[in-house]
Amino acid sequence: MLRVLQPGLLTTIQDIGRPHAVASGVPPGGAMDRFAHTAANLLVGNDRGAATLECTLTGPHLVAEHACLIAITGADFEPRVNGDAAPMWTGLFLSQGDQLTFGGRRAGARAYVAVAGGISADRWLGSMSTNLMCARGGMHGRALVAGDVLPVGELSGPAVAGRNLAAGMRPVYGERTLHVIGGPHFTRLQGESREALFSAGFSVSHDSNRMGYRLEGPRLDAPGEELLSFGVVAGAVQLPAGGQPILLMADHQTAGGYPVVVTVASVSIPIAAQLAPGDEFRFAEITIDTALQMRAAQREALDLLMR
Amino acid sequence: MPPPRSTVRVRVHPLGDTAVLAELGTKLDTALNARAIALAAALKKRRDVRQAVAGHASVTVQFDPDQITHEAMAAAIKRLATKRPPLDEPGRLHRIPVVYDGPDLYAVAMQLRLTTHQVIELHGRPIYRVFLVGFVPGWAYLGPLADELALPRRPVPRTQVPAGSVAIAGHQTGIYPLPSPGGWHLIGRTSVKLFLPDSDPPSLFRAGDRVRFFSVSG
Repeated sequence: MLRVLQPGLLTTIQDIGRPHAVASGVPPGGAMDRFAHTAANLLVGNDRGAATLECTLTGPHLVAEHACLIAITGADFEPRVNGDAAPMWTGLFLSQGDQLTFGGRRAGARAYVAVAGGISADRWLGSMSTNLMCARGGMHGRALVAGDVLPVGELSGPAVAGRNLAAGMRPVYGERTLHVIGGPHFTRLQGESREALFSAGFSVSHDSNRMGYRLEGPRLDAPGEELLSFGVVAGAVQLPAGGQPILLMADHQTAGGYPVVVTVASVSIPIAAQLAPGDEFRFAEITIDTALQMRAAQREALDLLMR
Repeated sequence: MPPPRSTVRVRVHPLGDTAVLAELGTKLDTALNARAIALAAALKKRRDVRQAVAGHASVTVQFDPDQITHEAMAAAIKRLATKRPPLDEPGRLHRIPVVYDGPDLYAVAMQLRLTTHQVIELHGRPIYRVFLVGFVPGWAYLGPLADELALPRRPVPRTQVPAGSVAIAGHQTGIYPLPSPGGWHLIGRTSVKLFLPDSDPPSLFRAGDRVRFFSVSG
């Protein structure tokens, strides 16, 4: 059991979401960086889909009410246990009364904290993920606040500390290149816009959240007939008439009628999840085959943790 | 005698490395929508498909690329789409009471050169089809709206539309399930709840359902 002394800027409970709720217009949700979320769970011996804490831009201040095994992955917010620097991407024990705090943001935007046994929270439409708009799931549908207590589920096996993911196996969050695959409406992009999409840099605007990022950069033009709304996916880059692209993220609207010019490959979604407002990045086009090869390599890194 | 083959041409586009968009057409059409819903239902039964959602005239398919290649998935979609579509059984019928006193009712009537009574009568006459549930929780695109009521969206969307607002735009009508920004013309309001967060599924309407509005006094 963990008690929240300070919640941090935006700390929510997330798992792998509710993909089947999209038929009712409910966002699929779930952890923004599935790699970090999964790794944190595997490092403490949980199933991949157990609920973790997603900590946005700053970390919380937590105290262990009972001894527990935790792992911190994703963004580096300088985690500390009782004031001493704590290793990331590593299973570590907290004794009763131990304090987990975070310093400043060194890299990335979202840190994940998993606890052996998984965090127990409200389940909504098959998932414990917090949906802030609907105020459902996780901690009563809201971000954590001071005083919250996080119950932990039963351990499914012996808790083993010290398991870690080698540095070379982690996503390179500083890379700032999002690999993309041409989307259904890529050919609507005019010559100059097509060139600008891949040659110019973009930045994540301050009008960005778990639903999606508005991107700042060159104005892109993809004229054509108005589209009938269709189902969209996380990673899709929509281009509204104003020419400012929107990158859809975990809590995205389930359908849209804007052209989708490119889609971020699954291997780059964790990189996108670790971009903070103001961060700059580039798009690089890859083929589906390359995307699948990179995806397989990323998954092998996680499979190492299963052994 | 072999079943007649359909002439629907399906275009399959990648949506990243784990999903595709299968386009059955580009026009708002009841028969195309029925095909899309049937295709999504057929695809959902496949073990390699994680999720299939019908759009107005399309299906978005998320699949496991470890089990099937993009090419094989596209071929499977095309094969399923050319099968004779099942008879489109009439969906559940919802009767929705509306107080026609929306802030745009008068302006809509003026633009369309109709009286407000004619707008109300034209809006309440058809039985609409739920083409698609999506965008935000519980929102449903209903149509087709009478030609006489077709208007482009408002040039400047409202920043806040109250929940329960009954609205029209283009050849479609809908009800805002939650307070949200919106660019449709607000002609009335209903007390019927479309988003039911504590039910499963959490939406009153399902794709393929039918909806009829009737006027009540506020």
